[in-house]
Amino acid sequence: MRNVVLLFAGGAVALLTTAILFTAGWERPPIHTVQGGFRGLSMGQMSTAASEKALAAANKLPDPLPPATPAGDRATDTYKNVKVLTDLSTDQFNRLMLGLNAWVAPVDQACNYCHNPDDMADDAPYTKRVARVMLQMTRAINKDYQTHVSTTGVTCWTCHRGNPLPANVWFKEKPAGAGGYTASNDGLGHPNAVNGTTALNTDPFSGLLDDKGAIRVQAAQVYPAAYGASIQATEKSYSLMVAISKGMGVNCTYCHNAQDFGMWSLSTPARVTAWHGIQMARDLNAKYMIPLQTEWPADRLGPVGDGPKIVCATCHQGASKPLLGVSVANDWPELNGVSKP
Amino acid sequence: MSVYENVYTQVQVRLNEPDPGVDETIERLGPGFFESWAGYFGNAQIGPIYLGTLGVLSLLCGFLAVEVIGLNMLASVHWNPIQFIRQLPWLALEPPKPEYGLKIFPPLAEGGWWLIAGFFLTAAILLWWLRMYRRARALGLGTHTAWAFASAIWLYLVLGFIRPLLMGHWSEAVPFGIFPHLDWTASFSLRYGNLFYNPFHMLSIAFLYGSALLFAMHGATILAVGRYGGEREVEQILYRGTAAERSALFWRWTMGFNATMESIHRWAWWFAVLCPLTGGIGILLTGTVVDNWFLWAVQHNIAPAYPHVFPAVADPSALTGAAQ
Repeated sequence: MRNVVLLFAGGAVALLTTAILFTAGWERPPIHTVQGGFRGLSMGQMSTAASEKALAAANKLPDPLPPATPAGDRATDTYKNVKVLTDLSTDQFNRLMLGLNAWVAPVDQACNYCHNPDDMADDAPYTKRVARVMLQMTRAINKDYQTHVSTTGVTCWTCHRGNPLPANVWFKEKPAGAGGYTASNDGLGHPNAVNGTTALNTDPFSGLLDDKGAIRVQAAQVYPAAYGASIQATEKSYSLMVAISKGMGVNCTYCHNAQDFGMWSLSTPARVTAWHGIQMARDLNAKYMIPLQTEWPADRLGPVGDGPKIVCATCHQGASKPLLGVSVANDWPELNGVSKP
Repeated sequence: MSVYENVYTQVQVRLNEPDPGVDETIERLGPGFFESWAGYFGNAQIGPIYLGTLGVLSLLCGFLAVEVIGLNMLASVHWNPIQFIRQLPWLALEPPKPEYGLKIFPPLAEGGWWLIAGFFLTAAILLWWLRMYRRARALGLGTHTAWAFASAIWLYLVLGFIRPLLMGHWSEAVPFGIFPHLDWTASFSLRYGNLFYNPFHMLSIAFLYGSALLFAMHGATILAVGRYGGEREVEQILYRGTAAERSALFWRWTMGFNATMESIHRWAWWFAVLCPLTGGIGILLTGTVVDNWFLWAVQHNIAPAYPHVFPAVADPSALTGAAQ
């Protein structure tokens, strides 16, 4: 009997040790679960003390800047070549430039990251031309995409967090494999950060977030009529959903009911917000990011030569609400945020 | 005296010469040998083996299939042996893309290798089945093992051949690979509306878990009566001894009913055989007869409906017409 107990205990310890040594993603208990669905269904979101702490640390807000008056001199009168921020006062314009310094520009370059110090109106630096499009985009998000960002809004900080290039942008990947006559496998069969270390598509974004490819794959009727979505399309959508889930730090059940993932009437209201988010990411890539292709220098391009593009993680960065839901638009009317109530 | 009460075999039977087995007119390879490590888990005697034409052909086909799969996996990591080991559980050989339908010769890089590997693997399995059947016959046995194996082959053929044929696309078939075939399973369930609501999937799971339960009950029972010679099951079947009586009484005491020394093996055989048999039926019906198992289960009052705890949610693409 003692031998049996020892054998079982030894086996369990050996297996656990092997598992912990050779697999990733182990978290120290206790795991905190917040139930979302009807009792018995959980639909829970999980966290640990460590993950909460890491999330709070990663979502610190920048130092606030004192508000500027919208009255007084106009920026267009004070500065030359103002093309986007035409509605701002000089004070507001200056405040926003200080913000950009803190949010985006490298510390040692500050204004000169985008501006020619001899002629601030000069459009020669590519960074200035890109920044102009980014300001247009930020103002459009806050004004036209409230179905997704609500009145919380975004600033440059939401994505950039002090980095000239946001940490979570998306580039197309070089096709895996040796090429030639060997199997291409259509981008399947390799773990990466996007697919959540599954064997699903390593790039689920191509065609779905830079284009309007169909994401819905599940049959909407009981009995088959025609050949519907393929397994390959399903795997791609599945990988996209994994990327969204990882980008937002949530489970599938944040939006979906596992009884039937496709059915809207069983889903949570967050799924509607997420749907608008997918539309927003597609629009932003189509209207702002992809047209910038010709502007990027070589060191800003991905492995197959495309420029950076937007995915959910670009803003969310592991939080279900970017910056943990702190409303930034109120403080930044310069970015077409909603005015204070 | 050694007793059967441990989780590994403490008793190793060793003859002076390896036992060649019955019917010495049938040719076999080598005299066989003894290996103590094998003795801890089963019989210490390894061999002699009978390979024959079917065995050789089967191994050859199996080798070709593994080579095609393995070399393509190696190519998928640019022939890097370290990455091959690191990524091995993820590496795949995917079936042809949907646009190739049932084309027999799609480009090699686009699924052609999958078809070749599938052909040789299937040939290897079917040849092995024939070999099993003929070896059983040659020894004067029943063919129960071959038919149990056939049940597993049925599920394999449904997944990789019969259902893709009915769907008109090789792309519906399962990829080769450890995680890839698991991710395929999850995607398959998502695409066809949650396989858990497929009644044949339910049956298959019941037989799968049931097999494990029966195996545990039977193994435990025989080990427990080993001290009375219970492991000599055939003797106990023919002449009920105290081991058979005690084990039967144990189950009648604890659950009121007992299988007999012989019928427990029928229980086990049927549970094991029915697991892939029903599973194969469930897979075969998916996409061909039923497109969404959850909706099917709602229609047939199988799926439970839970109270809504969220505000009503509707498809926003229908509401807004994707304005913006």
